[in-house]
Amino acid sequence: MSYLIKGETADWELVIGLEIHAQVISNSKLFSGSATAFGAAPNSHVSLVDAAMPGMLPVINKHCIEQAVKTGLGLNAQINLHSVFERKNYFYADLPQGYQISQFLHPIVGEGKLVLDMEDGSVREIGIERLHMEQDAGKSIHDKDPRRTFIDLNRAGVCLMEIVSHPEMRSPEEAGAYVRKVRSIVRYLETCDGNMEEGSMRADVNVSVRKVGETDLRTRTETKNVNSVRFMMQAIEYEAQRQVEVWESGGAVDQETRLFDPDSGETRAMRSKEYAHDYRYFPDPDLLPIELTEAFIDAIREQMPELPDQKKKRFMRDLGLSAYDADVLVGERETADYFEVVAQGRDAKAAANWVISNLFGALKAAEKDITSSPVSAEHLGRLLDLIADDTISGRIAKDVFEIMFATGQDPVLIVEEKGLRQITDTGAIEAAVDQAIADNPDQAEEVRQGNAKAIGWFVGQVMQKTQGKANPQAVNKLLRDKLSS
Amino acid sequence: MTHANELTITQARDALSAGDLSATELTQACLDAMAAARDLNAFITETPELALQRAAQSDARIARGESLGGLEGIPVAVKDLFGTQGVLTTAASHILDGFIPRYESTVTENLLNAGSVMTGKTNLDEFAMGSANVTSYYGPVKNPWKRDDGKDRVPGGSSGGSAAAVAAHLSLAAIGTDTGGSIRQPASFCGIVGMKPTYGRCSRWGVVAFASSLDQAGPLTKTVRDAAILLQGMAGHDVKDSTSAPMAVPDFEAAITGDVRGLRVGIPREYQIDGSPAEIDAIWQKGADMFRDAGAEIVDISLPHTKYALPTYYIVAPAEASSNLSRYDGVRYGLRIDGDSLDQMYENTRGEGFGDEVKRRVLIGAYVLSAGYYDAYYVKAQQVRSRIAEDFKTAFQKVDVILTPTAPSTAFAIGEKMDDPIAMYMNDVFTVPASMAGLPCMSVPGGLGDDGLPLGLHLITKPFDEETLFRAGDVLEKQANFTARPNSGGAGR
Amino acid sequence: MSLDTTTVRKIAVLARIRIEDEKLPALADDLNNIIGWVEQLSEVDTDGIAPMTSVAEMTMPFREDRVTDGDDAERVLANAPDKSPPYFTVPKVVE
Ligand SMILES: [Mg+2]
Ligand SMILES: [Zn+2]
Repeated sequence: MSYLIKGETADWELVIGLEIHAQVISNSKLFSGSATAFGAAPNSHVSLVDAAMPGMLPVINKHCIEQAVKTGLGLNAQINLHSVFERKNYFYADLPQGYQISQFLHPIVGEGKLVLDMEDGSVREIGIERLHMEQDAGKSIHDKDPRRTFIDLNRAGVCLMEIVSHPEMRSPEEAGAYVRKVRSIVRYLETCDGNMEEGSMRADVNVSVRKVGETDLRTRTETKNVNSVRFMMQAIEYEAQRQVEVWESGGAVDQETRLFDPDSGETRAMRSKEYAHDYRYFPDPDLLPIELTEAFIDAIREQMPELPDQKKKRFMRDLGLSAYDADVLVGERETADYFEVVAQGRDAKAAANWVISNLFGALKAAEKDITSSPVSAEHLGRLLDLIADDTISGRIAKDVFEIMFATGQDPVLIVEEKGLRQITDTGAIEAAVDQAIADNPDQAEEVRQGNAKAIGWFVGQVMQKTQGKANPQAVNKLLRDKLSS
Repeated sequence: MTHANELTITQARDALSAGDLSATELTQACLDAMAAARDLNAFITETPELALQRAAQSDARIARGESLGGLEGIPVAVKDLFGTQGVLTTAASHILDGFIPRYESTVTENLLNAGSVMTGKTNLDEFAMGSANVTSYYGPVKNPWKRDDGKDRVPGGSSGGSAAAVAAHLSLAAIGTDTGGSIRQPASFCGIVGMKPTYGRCSRWGVVAFASSLDQAGPLTKTVRDAAILLQGMAGHDVKDSTSAPMAVPDFEAAITGDVRGLRVGIPREYQIDGSPAEIDAIWQKGADMFRDAGAEIVDISLPHTKYALPTYYIVAPAEASSNLSRYDGVRYGLRIDGDSLDQMYENTRGEGFGDEVKRRVLIGAYVLSAGYYDAYYVKAQQVRSRIAEDFKTAFQKVDVILTPTAPSTAFAIGEKMDDPIAMYMNDVFTVPASMAGLPCMSVPGGLGDDGLPLGLHLITKPFDEETLFRAGDVLEKQANFTARPNSGGAGR
Repeated sequence: MSLDTTTVRKIAVLARIRIEDEKLPALADDLNNIIGWVEQLSEVDTDGIAPMTSVAEMTMPFREDRVTDGDDAERVLANAPDKSPPYFTVPKVVE
């Protein structure tokens, strides 16, 4: 899939690199014992350490290290036994220490790679440069006072994983697929909740453009903190177009930090440009290097769940699903788990069909997700059983599903209560067939003359008479027998 | 007759347990001496009410026979770099105006739990940056030792207030912090014992940071035995400090045996520096002789990178300080000078809040860490630091303790060396190398210089071998028999 | 290497310390002397020597993931020179 921007002078390609900040799921912060929970009263989840009181010292949260290692393993990446926390020095209102404790020269996770299955069936491999751990900053609130900005430090010190890709994405779609894939993996691993609206996953997007055939990179811009996949793709499109225009009009793109405005769909340069960036990184003397052992990493490896790529392969190999179906089902761990319950001991393809077409459709229309589905996996499985053992027809099953979705009831109960059980009693069906033939002699004659299509019309008549409960195959067979001259 | 404030910890402990003296009497004697000696400017904040309250609690415990610990009822002055719950904590800087911590540093908490009584917060160089206690926002401290020329002398620094308070008997003992010599050099200038433990022995939690990889709390006392007792109350593993050593604290006082026979005492030839006054060589020689007389073995050793320790220190310490002091930004505590923008507020607050020496060091530190210079200065300095540490490691294969002078001179007059930062830095030339290697070390009064002012002898041992340090220091102290007394301040009241 | 006043000004901005113009030349002199003096370190052979990371010969201790602190906004705001509880405040920031 090649995404090119046609300019006046040339075709331009995009070079996209992403830095994803993923908030680690933990009870307490990276270096202090205050809570990480979202939505608390301002400055309530703040310890003396987070507020950078004089003499306060950081002590690292073991679970955060485990989460970073786990994520690194999920990204097929090198885990570094030796890593170092450094201080990134800069002044900002929401950075109480005047430095962020981060990792620079020696991150905990090194090179890795992600495989993206694109919608057109192509496969792309994107390199991961590193994953490092760092502290989140606090929050600045600008709209509470005309002359002051208010500061809430609840988030200051929460553990983030910064996942840095190589600049190997070439289209907004690839960038979107990459972010969705990372999100899927961290959610499977339960190392980050992946919630972009609440900001627990944010992407900084580095974009540059170059003429097709050029090998060097041109100046890039960094668009900060884009909080949805859709916005990110919009930001990339806008930014690429803008840069092409700048180059083609004889100008030069400035290396700068930009912000995305979701209302206009545009990016703009940040007004508060930092002075010359000079972060003066150096190893944090309040901490020692992290020294991990192979045993520590093995213990984490043993707890790793099956990840989406492996699950997809298994669904295709063992359950015979198509690549597309398998891909759709493994995207979210909850969906895959749901599907597996439905498919357990049943026709996997039928189960996949029901989950993807019927359930997803209904959920989408109701603006619900799989975790809040009114139809449980057990109930959907039972519905499939009712179809399989001919208790109901596929058509009736759709009606039953609608009732299930609306009421959350067990399909067995619905079928019993509403008397939807398929009529398999041949005598009853035969009576309905005879009645239909007797009531419509002209049409019966047409069939006898050889108009096979008219059989279908008779089937409809019989189904109507039986409120759809007659077994369609039985009806068909009887009609054929009786109307064959 | 000896006034209560002139007692050593050891003497006071005996008097308290014998019931000859109450903690309240002892504390009151110190408070009276402090009030009479305000001219020394040794304290930034006196805490008489808190002190008497704690002394009364101590007396009550003693009466009930449930004494807390080894420092029950002992008045201790605290360098104003330790965060103390509910008590103004300034680091002698304008930028911490009005800062009252809602927490207690681990070391002062340990002292409280050992039963000691804090009498006040002592003066220091601003953010512990200095060797003369002349950079304090609260004014210089005067050394209680006077000469007949009428000029006031510096007490050394940065724990100058603590050293002056102990020398002038304003308190039985004091605690300080030592980054490059800030306990030992003022101890030398004031004729008392000053001890810096191994890096990691005392928790840094709650102590205003200067240079995190070097800062250590330690005791300033009248005797070596007192130093052992006081350190016992301060030290211990602290889970709140990642660099705190997870080790049991030995019984330091029990290590004092009075016997150094067979102890190998190293004399590093590189501490012989060109142009050093004869009195320094003389006191050093005297120290070696005293050890030999006591049955120790004198061994010549080499610490080849000694001369590079001070310049290394003046890269590493300012680099760490420049970052540590970024938190003083006018937002969460202390001074705030407003401005039209966030950056202007920062610049105004820090421009006004920091004194000249702090500014110099923060700027040097920012410079050596900045793009293009990091490798040439900071990384290079940390490499040299590794070599300095190796030197000591090698030396300690041959010797048990190293003997050097503490300072290159006696106390100089307030106002001297003010216009030459490097001349001022040279005060720490003998103390900095051991700091760079995180080693335990101690200054013990050795005698008087030609000008009649005290000179210290400096001992260094292996990491976490404070026991040998106390044993050797005690013998040196007995041999030196330093009985001279400062001729001013609260002494003798 | 020499620090001119422009460099010192740049560093002062980086460190957010206001320096009055008239004080700049003397300060630059001081800093130059200090930097000139520490440059004697270039004499030391440090080929293949690892920079010291910590004098403490120990490994980094890990803390268990438990909430042990926080829930006291008053305590962290108590010393703020300008505040609007439960917030700290700074001069208006424009992004
Ligand atoms: Mg980044
Ligand atoms: Zn980051």
